[in-house]
Amino acid sequence: CPLSTRCCGPPGAAPAMNCRAEVLEVSVEGRQVEEAMLAVLHTVLLHRSTGKFHYKKEGTYSIGTVGTQDVDCDFIDFAYVRVSSEELDRALRKAVGEFKDALRSSGSDGMGQISLEFYQKKKSRWPFSDECIPWELWTIKVNVVNLANEQERQICREKVGEKLCEKIINIVEVMNRHEYLPKMPTQSEVDNVFDTSLKDVQPYLYKISYQITDSLGTSVTTTMRRLIKDTLAL
Amino acid sequence: AMDTDLSSQDRKDLDKFIKFFALKTVQVIVQARLGEKICTRSSSSPTGSDWFNLAIKDIPEVTHEAKKALAGQLPAVGRSMCVEISLKTSEGDSMELEIWCLEMNEKCDKEIKVSYTVYNRLSLLLKSLLAITRVTPAYRLSRKQGHEYVILYRIYFGEVQLSGLGEGFQTVRVGTVGTPVGTITLSCAYRINLAFMSTRQFERTPPIMGIIIDHFVDRPYPSSSPMHPCNYRAGEDNGAVYPSVEDSQEVCTTSFSTSPPSQCVFTVTKAHFQTPPPVVTDTLKVPVMGLAFSHQLSSSRLSYQPAALGVGSADMGYPVLFAGGLNAAHPHQLIAPGKEGGVPPIPSQPAHGTQADQERMCTPLDGVHYSAATPSSSEDTETVSNSSEGKCGSPHDLLETIFVRKVGAFVNKPINQVTMANLDIPFAMFAPKNVELEDNDPMVNPPDSPETESPLQGSLHSEGSSGSSTGNTHDDFVMIDFKPAFSKDDILPMDLGTFYREFQNPPQLSSLSIDIGAQSMAEDLDSLPEKLAAHEKNVKEFDAFVETLQ
Repeated sequence: CPLSTRCCGPPGAAPAMNCRAEVLEVSVEGRQVEEAMLAVLHTVLLHRSTGKFHYKKEGTYSIGTVGTQDVDCDFIDFAYVRVSSEELDRALRKAVGEFKDALRSSGSDGMGQISLEFYQKKKSRWPFSDECIPWELWTIKVNVVNLANEQERQICREKVGEKLCEKIINIVEVMNRHEYLPKMPTQSEVDNVFDTSLKDVQPYLYKISYQITDSLGTSVTTTMRRLIKDTLAL
Repeated sequence: AMDTDLSSQDRKDLDKFIKFFALKTVQVIVQARLGEKICTRSSSSPTGSDWFNLAIKDIPEVTHEAKKALAGQLPAVGRSMCVEISLKTSEGDSMELEIWCLEMNEKCDKEIKVSYTVYNRLSLLLKSLLAITRVTPAYRLSRKQGHEYVILYRIYFGEVQLSGLGEGFQTVRVGTVGTPVGTITLSCAYRINLAFMSTRQFERTPPIMGIIIDHFVDRPYPSSSPMHPCNYRAGEDNGAVYPSVEDSQEVCTTSFSTSPPSQCVFTVTKAHFQTPPPVVTDTLKVPVMGLAFSHQLSSSRLSYQPAALGVGSADMGYPVLFAGGLNAAHPHQLIAPGKEGGVPPIPSQPAHGTQADQERMCTPLDGVHYSAATPSSSEDTETVSNSSEGKCGSPHDLLETIFVRKVGAFVNKPINQVTMANLDIPFAMFAPKNVELEDNDPMVNPPDSPETESPLQGSLHSEGSSGSSTGNTHDDFVMIDFKPAFSKDDILPMDLGTFYREFQNPPQLSSLSIDIGAQSMAEDLDSLPEKLAAHEKNVKEFDAFVETLQ
């Protein structure tokens, strides 16, 4: 994807000054990583997705409808709501799957973090590359624990479920602050604000990246994977 | 004086938004307590009837109840809309679990744009509500309902009454939206402790005994068909058996404009749905559990089935309802079910004191009733085809209520759960017991151990977060301690957390704003030589000026 090399700052760059940053932390068992991450990411994206815009003449637009569905977790006593969009779900599962694999292969300590960043594109003239300006960054720090027996696992199911309930409440609280959101774009600007590549919903432009830390707390394998939802990759 | 600044069109729009927001709020809450997984489809083209750009189905009866409670009014200061969620056991005990409050306070935001910002924020608030309704303790309870208890809802309008929640109830805020006429707030107060009954006096009523109501979806087969939870399509709900809607269903078509706000275009069209003739609604009120989304109404058949179903496969869909609610018009009487063979008559009993809590100030006249579907009381299988046409005037404007139990985290295994129901204490099933395992989950099934704790039991602490889950082994609920990031400091006039949040993200400098994208750097560079030349020309003037300063 050619854009990925031109766009945005170096890996690990700190968010811009006015980028809102939220950090969540969870301790989970290995097999719970995926569901826990999906629960958080989907909850954030539920709030950060709209229906598809349809521009009409005179600068007006109408908005499609966002459906939702319940998801039950298999390894956690927990359920969450996500946007009804298979494409979006697939994209998140892919990112979370990679994160989980990286965690697993990093060794038994299992610490890492996955980030969901919302950004806007600012077009520049050649030879300057387009800028990606983040306006909201969610970081989920994950600590993987190993449990000895079934009883502990059962308790872990419940506890992680409770923890996730708290996280959902935290997320909703942030959303309710009604802080900066990109202005609704004109038709020519819509791709600088929203990801218009999906069929049925329209999330704000986002990218997901992750980092794995070793037991010393340093980023040994800083693997930045970008899942930029432009269709350039086609 | 407050709303002279608001144009009359804006005021009308705002009132409409608030009204439909209230109705959708009720739908989301009630649907989240049906015990079912909800699923609606996204649609890229606006259908025109999806308020707030969200696919939230409208269960007609729920809308009806909400409108009845609101009686044409809107939430205002001191007049809140409340949805009360309670639990009722098969033995007749009931208990309030949650109160969801939609309130309005006086804090106005005059600057905000009604048809744009308020609308979008209301949409966001509904999304938050969808998320929050799944994380309070009542959600898990409602997913497991059916055998020993049911979840009921009640809508009322006026002052919020939280006394039925017991001591130490928790509150979670879903969100707020400022409008020119006040700030809308949505929150939930929920009970955290089930072990309170020792201090309460329960009137014991005869057991409901698990009356099951079968519902047929549009065909006269005795077998129940699985529910299809998705695929809501607007305009299909023309079943004549629904309670009549007093006003026409309004359709919202919104167009937004990217031009300056003053040119916002917002159109609302009305679609007049066929209003069915009025039906008698003063019949047996049945708990809402399992109201289906299919709009093909059909008959029902009351049959008796013992509480312990022992039905093995969790995949089999079977409809379950408890006919245990109150009758609105005749609060002293439970309607006996129909003549269908095998149904035991339910004796009438005195006004259900446990329902109308002594603490609450409801009078029989203000519409206190447990809203639900009203089943037919005179159907049998032979008359199914007749009733599916919708016999108005007969007391069966019932919505069918099949639901499917899916294998998953909330599988309800009745076999192990009935043992304690015989104990002669209220809410016996929540007393400590050694069973209630999620047998379907192989990961969960611990090895044989006499001390196995029920998942509901035991202190559910999380490390250091919710403070006070104090060793009470009957703590069946998690204390979700809603603490803001910065705790309150009574010394400061302003909550530190609020202060921090308010000033945390100052508005972007206009020079850094993205909209000033006109000047690219290249242009800046281009103009530099010119500017330098101009300054050079005037260097004598500058020097002279500097001299005067010294």
